[in-house]
Amino acid sequence: MAALLEVANVSKNFSGLRAVSDVTFAVPRGVIFAVIGPNGAGKTTLFNMIAGVFRPNAGTIVFDGERIDGEPPEQVCRRGIGRTFQLVRPFSGLSVEDNVMVGALHRRHDVTAARAHARDVLARLDLFDKREQPAGSLTLPDRKRLEVARALATDPKLLLLDEVMAGLRPTETDRMVDILTRINRESGLTILLIEHVMRAVMSLASRVLVLHHGAAIAEGTPQAVVRDPAVVESYLGAEAL
Amino acid sequence: MMGRLTQGVPRRILIALAVLLAVLLLAPWVANDYVLTVLILILYFAYTGQAWNIMMGFAGQLSLGHALYVGLGAYTTAALYVHFGVSPWLGLPVAIVIAAMAGAFIGYLAFRFGVTGVYFAILTIAFCEFARIGFDHFRWVSGSSGFFLPVANYTRNDLWNLRGSPAMFYYVMLALTVVAFLICHWLLRSRIGYFWQAIREDEMAAKTLGIDTFRYKMIAVVISASMTSVAGMFFAFYYNNLFPEQVFHISRSIELILGPIIGGIGTLFGPIIGAIVLTGLAESIFELLSALGWTPPGARQVFYGVCLLIVVMLLPDGIWPPLARKLGLDKSRDKTER
Repeated sequence: MAALLEVANVSKNFSGLRAVSDVTFAVPRGVIFAVIGPNGAGKTTLFNMIAGVFRPNAGTIVFDGERIDGEPPEQVCRRGIGRTFQLVRPFSGLSVEDNVMVGALHRRHDVTAARAHARDVLARLDLFDKREQPAGSLTLPDRKRLEVARALATDPKLLLLDEVMAGLRPTETDRMVDILTRINRESGLTILLIEHVMRAVMSLASRVLVLHHGAAIAEGTPQAVVRDPAVVESYLGAEAL
Repeated sequence: MMGRLTQGVPRRILIALAVLLAVLLLAPWVANDYVLTVLILILYFAYTGQAWNIMMGFAGQLSLGHALYVGLGAYTTAALYVHFGVSPWLGLPVAIVIAAMAGAFIGYLAFRFGVTGVYFAILTIAFCEFARIGFDHFRWVSGSSGFFLPVANYTRNDLWNLRGSPAMFYYVMLALTVVAFLICHWLLRSRIGYFWQAIREDEMAAKTLGIDTFRYKMIAVVISASMTSVAGMFFAFYYNNLFPEQVFHISRSIELILGPIIGGIGTLFGPIIGAIVLTGLAESIFELLSALGWTPPGARQVFYGVCLLIVVMLLPDGIWPPLARKLGLDKSRDKTER
């Protein structure tokens, strides 16, 4: 079976600066796939191209057999890609439940059905008890999970997670890892994540792509990638593991 | 329908609303003409505030030119009535279509080309000013010398042509306000209401959740403009005279948005509370002062200013949200139905 997401020779320039350079990779269905790399390596730019925020200067992005590069974000979401933002963007004035409702209404026209779905998603993300709080009053770990819940409520086939572990304490990281593992195992949802927290990457991902200065320098299983000399040199540091 | 409308609304609120409605229905039997005039004004501002609130409070698009839609509604229905004898109720659909088209045009220009925030607000002012100057030279409706509806001593109320006593106008405005409230209540709890609020809070995040933000912002403008034009019809037939300088003046747009700002932007009761506070209290204080033999010029304007100042400093969300918490109607709690 063809991969769910195929990124081929994708490049992106910002007025002369090459943020992403000729990157190619494929995400098979049902896996958790991680993109790692130092700050400024082009990870978020790559995400923004997949999610429809930027149009690539070159290359193609094929999702579920169809080209999606250059489509606007709302169209990309309709095709079945949900995303979170590195800097969380909750609808602060709305309650936690209503935040997730907005996502749930994407494929549901009935408010009651959407509410049931939203609550179901909230329960999976350990946020059910906080559903009546205004989203603006949540702590960072809760906001990160709300971000995931909202994206998940749109019933994506592919979930893009942009550094959902950043800023979390180790116990919170473990909690997020557990939740994501469970979602992946139970529903077979494909997850593509950008992550700095290697602990999370090692326990979650079955495949890892390493970016450095916009280019892919390694791809493979987490265990293989962390032993790759180029990766150690550019990113992890000789003493990292 | 009624079942869905009242679903999740606390019983005591339903009772309070029913009592309020009963009092309002009986008011013309006890109130004198002056009090009735004030009540009509309150309802008028509650209605227009409600209509404006759809755009700003629900969808987050600031319009400072809503007098445009009032004016288009007023001139269209009045001109059709005076020139062709068309009943305002038949002229109303025409007025709504014209106002909706004007709103759609402004919305399209702004939303297609990424005009947002204050720049969008300036654009709405600009179009209202175009209309003011344009109508000044619009001979068919007498330009700047003013357009007048025939006034006569009517022995009976003619609802079909909106000619009659203050009591008739009062009931018309009351009906319009109740309908506007129900529409807003329904919109806010529907799919579109959630999408509007998402756009208001964070447009980029809304897009990421699959919302076609252009489309939903356009819908908000069109609905808001259409509803506002209905108030224009009332304005024309109630006051019987229309001057471009007055109708399309920016102060008209401002006075229309003060109510919802003071009452609470984005809330259902905000525009109503705001209209009561601004018009009701201003008139009461004015009456009180004149009873004491002191009628300072500009007392109303000073009062508006003071109200705005107090709200901005002490109640930045408006009067309704803290009041709702006091009454145990916390927003996050009244949504725990079902």
